[in-house]
Amino acid sequence: MEQCCCNDTKTRLVYSCSGCADVGEIADQVARKLTRDGYGKMTCLASISAGISGTIASAKGADENVAIDGCSVACARKTLENIGVKPTEAYFLTDMYLEKGKTTVSEEIIAVVSEQIKQGIASEVPPKQEQGKNKNAGWFCGSC
Amino acid sequence: MKIEILGMGCPKCKKTTQNAQLAIEELGIEAEIVKVEELDKITEYGVMMTPALVIDGEVKVAGKIPSKQEIISWIEVKK
Repeated sequence: MEQCCCNDTKTRLVYSCSGCADVGEIADQVARKLTRDGYGKMTCLASISAGISGTIASAKGADENVAIDGCSVACARKTLENIGVKPTEAYFLTDMYLEKGKTTVSEEIIAVVSEQIKQGIASEVPPKQEQGKNKNAGWFCGSC
Repeated sequence: MKIEILGMGCPKCKKTTQNAQLAIEELGIEAEIVKVEELDKITEYGVMMTPALVIDGEVKVAGKIPSKQEIISWIEVKK
């Protein structure tokens, strides 16, 4: 859904790495929740990688670009940087007490991470998680 | 050359159209200016904010009014 700049509201676009690991899935779900909550608008990171001019122009024209990465490989942040856009905020879920490959994707974690991003904090209280239950999640991914 | 102005018809979209027209006149080139106001067509470009300006299928700017000079520079690259 596009937004007209005439309404003078700040445009905040949200990008998630949406990687195949559990933390990538959480990043994706968090970006969707932030959109539903009205914090910003999720935009396709893949579209930027594909060189779609409309998405790239939108990133360049947005007031704020928020990158949410599952891990420190930082695919979302780097994808934006590759088109010359420095994210106004960049989050790494592994800096927020989530362990790649050992984190169960749950509504609770998605809600906690979303709140932390809304408040602009990395993480002060580790979200509760059931470690080890989903231990194979994400291990097939070698690059993100 | 085809220049499309994406937007719902707000004042900023009209100003963008005006600047595109001025750019064409200054360069003395033949170009078609098309206003695209249908949301479906706008989103097909991947544009998240309007106004947006498209030259020969490539979105050059989104979410702000490009100046006449900016439009001239984009057209000159395409020529």
